[in-house]
Amino acid sequence: MATATASTPVRDTGIGALLRRRAVVKLLLLAVVAAVAVPILNAKWASGAWPEALTVDLTEPLTKASDWIIDNRDSHWLFTYFFGHISNAIVLSVRGVYLVLLAAGWAGVTVAAGAIAWRVAGLRLAALATAAFAVCGLLGMWVPTMQTLALMVVAVLASVIVGMLLGLAAGLNDRIFRMMRPVLDTMQVLPAFAYLLPVVLVFGIGVPAAVLATVVYSAPPMARLTALGLRGADGGVMEAVASLGATARQRLLSARLPLARKELLLGLNQTIMMALSMAVIASVIGAGGLGDRVYQALSSVDVGQALAAGIPIVLLAVVLDRVTGAAGERLGAHTEDNSPLRGWRGWSIAAAVTLACALAARFADRLEWPTSWVVQIAEPVNTAKDWMVDHLYTGVPVVGGTADWAAHFTKYVLDPLRDGLQGLPWWSVLLIVAALAWVIGTWQTALTAVLAMAAIGVLDVWNASLDTLSQVLAGVAVTVVLGFAIGIAASRSRRLEALLRPVLDVFQTMPQFVYLIPVVALFGVGRAPAVAAAVVYALPAVIRITTQGLRQVSPAAMESAQSLGATSWQQLRQVQLPLARPALMLALNQGVVLVLAVVVIGGLVGGGGLGYDVLAGLARGDLATGLVGGIAIVCLGLMLDRVTQPTERRAKKGA
Amino acid sequence: MRVRTRMTAALAGVGALVALSGCGKADMSKQSSPYANAAGAKTVTLSVQSWVGAQANVAVAEYLLKEELGYRVDKVQIDEIPAWDALSQGRVDAIMEDWGHPDQEQRYIKDKKTIVPGGGVGVTGHIGWYVPTYFAKKHPDVTDWKNLNKYAKDFRTPESGGKGQLMDGSPSYVTNDKALVENLDLDYKVVFAGSEAAQITQIEQFAKQQKPFLTYWYKPQWLFKKVPMTEVKLPAYKEGCDADPAKIKCAYPHTPLQKFFNADFAENGGKAAEFLKNFKWSEADQNEVSLLIADKKMSPEDAAKKWIDANESKWRGWLPK
Repeated sequence: MATATASTPVRDTGIGALLRRRAVVKLLLLAVVAAVAVPILNAKWASGAWPEALTVDLTEPLTKASDWIIDNRDSHWLFTYFFGHISNAIVLSVRGVYLVLLAAGWAGVTVAAGAIAWRVAGLRLAALATAAFAVCGLLGMWVPTMQTLALMVVAVLASVIVGMLLGLAAGLNDRIFRMMRPVLDTMQVLPAFAYLLPVVLVFGIGVPAAVLATVVYSAPPMARLTALGLRGADGGVMEAVASLGATARQRLLSARLPLARKELLLGLNQTIMMALSMAVIASVIGAGGLGDRVYQALSSVDVGQALAAGIPIVLLAVVLDRVTGAAGERLGAHTEDNSPLRGWRGWSIAAAVTLACALAARFADRLEWPTSWVVQIAEPVNTAKDWMVDHLYTGVPVVGGTADWAAHFTKYVLDPLRDGLQGLPWWSVLLIVAALAWVIGTWQTALTAVLAMAAIGVLDVWNASLDTLSQVLAGVAVTVVLGFAIGIAASRSRRLEALLRPVLDVFQTMPQFVYLIPVVALFGVGRAPAVAAAVVYALPAVIRITTQGLRQVSPAAMESAQSLGATSWQQLRQVQLPLARPALMLALNQGVVLVLAVVVIGGLVGGGGLGYDVLAGLARGDLATGLVGGIAIVCLGLMLDRVTQPTERRAKKGA
Repeated sequence: MRVRTRMTAALAGVGALVALSGCGKADMSKQSSPYANAAGAKTVTLSVQSWVGAQANVAVAEYLLKEELGYRVDKVQIDEIPAWDALSQGRVDAIMEDWGHPDQEQRYIKDKKTIVPGGGVGVTGHIGWYVPTYFAKKHPDVTDWKNLNKYAKDFRTPESGGKGQLMDGSPSYVTNDKALVENLDLDYKVVFAGSEAAQITQIEQFAKQQKPFLTYWYKPQWLFKKVPMTEVKLPAYKEGCDADPAKIKCAYPHTPLQKFFNADFAENGGKAAEFLKNFKWSEADQNEVSLLIADKKMSPEDAAKKWIDANESKWRGWLPK
């Protein structure tokens, strides 16, 4: 899950004024460039959409490459001596973990989860972990849960190793750090959907491809936080260690890494969350496990069954998040642990209990989850869904049904937006992108954004990309309006925030696929349901960051405003919102990235655009369509991120 | 120093990799799923396609493999063409229902010899354009493609712009619809629902409101029992008229659906392979199970059990002697 925290440096109005003046200067400069360039460009390639002359057709080379790979996969040394070994190693390790989990049986695994949570994070979380695993069994999802867990263990381990190696290099070497930062930045804004196809081509459908796609997706936070932790090591301590004559390796192992423990744990936490969300998307390429169950249930329009497979994913996410989070907090707390169970004693008790339970279950011949202990939730859920659809779809007095909303939204928002974007001359789109990115960021961000947009044109997917862009813009607009409103409300009422928290948790961790069928049932096939699903998915992050940002506004500023007799509304408008501007910008940025990630999956419900291209590429084994679509999504993500990325965030990342 | 540490780590990593997978060559054509044959159980991995007919085949096969022959069955949902690739790599053992993929047959069966045909399922498939019967009764002439333009305005939706909507499903399904609309000069826009689930949901929604719609659809399919649909006549299919995808001007053929096995599995799969080769049932049988799964929302397992309990004479013959 791409959550992020916001910091809110209090800025005086002087900088704001300066920024505004700088923005005017930038725009003037841009206008001068445009005045020179546009007539030339227009004279040479006068056309509305991207000019044909400036495109490159990759169909032939890509199709050739794809054929070559399939034909040589069984014989070429690249595969038999390199990729084949990677693939085998992944299969073997996933299999190994899976066999251990199966051998432990449901009792062993459940107790082990509780015991680990107890040692790492205390009794309360131990109860939560045990209960969560029991629910996975109760829902009849034990075996798929174990398959997903096995895949996750291997994927997270690989991500952590890769991430830490990258992070070590970046943490110890300034040049590598500078080179790697933009790469990691970029990797994190790319929708995972875009890079399924290349891995599938090389590794084929199945677990190895899924694990590798997951590693690409979830290693960056680990790398970034490792580097951050290493670079943030206290200078005094480092000097002291050096003065004691420690070698470089000793300094790293005995001082730097231990000092960075907190960041490392946070990195682990983020990596786990991202890997879990990927586990479901990877079901499109045959990863098996829970994601596959969700996907299979959806194909027979069985929302109840999809939910039954989705809940274990949410539970795994919540448990892993809370346990690693609590472990991080404990590290930070530095309390002296005096209980008789500390250290190895506690762990050996935990191990003994686990072993006893596993053996007991084994001798009682109860290794598999008993089928009589399964609760069917599919039917009531489906009944509820049918009721909703029957009563909300159309003809509701006064407000109209959801289908009517969708039709209106498509007709009055999506269509004009898409037609407007596609109708704009291509160079003006580039200019707008440049202006937005430059005003908000630096000339480098503007250049990246323009180049990304131009690449879309060169790849000859201009119209499809603008179609997707129009959906993203509409989705972001809705998300931001709702998110800011709810976020403001939550920042003013602790009660509301507490009520919202579990709801947001669920929506943030529930696999995106689970939303897709209910939104079709409510909004019909088309772009409207894709946008709706995206809004549901992106909303929690936006609400969270907004609430947090508003909460962190300095109490002194608030108090002084109050003492000046400002009303609650005035306080919000004139003090809180301006001061929380960086957080609000970050919320917008996250909203954009998350909406894009789901809008492209909307290809599955008729969203069209780039998502459909990727899907078609995957489904037909058509590398040319799929890869070009994927690259275009990447470019679009890059452009959108740069256009909405405030300079402040960049500065903070470099810390 | 630092460089050496990293080198050591890298070497250790590579070493571990090689050690894990055994030295020497790795065979990309023998890549079974990590979940297969776990914990002493014999496993068969079946590819399930996203349509319910395929799920019905797999459900019945799974139940019998489990109860009668003692196998565990793993199912993986994969789209049609990637499924061929997965089959050739050994990640799945069998495809139980294929709608005809000549390119893939050439590549994997004839050239690479990693896949072998497994005989027919006993079901004949047909793709076509359909309108709901309630609409066809009111406007009988809609069932000829020549009159479709007259009705374009009835099939208009927000997604189709000013034209009529021809709804297609998953991008993975065999379809010539875009070319057909173009070559037959129809005032329609092909709108891809993106997945069969989305398409079914939309069709049911239309039917509930008794709205007209035109959709790509196929037989056998359980949905016909719930939403009766009438086929629109396209120019007749002749052998070879669909050879050039850009110039297609004719209807879809009737295809006897086929099973395909991984070559290695077909040879060494023992009783499971023999059983799957013998598996053959009728359209009515498949629809019965499909309807239980998709409409009655029975779990595939329960649906299969119901059919199996009632039809023992039919499946007894599939079991290896």
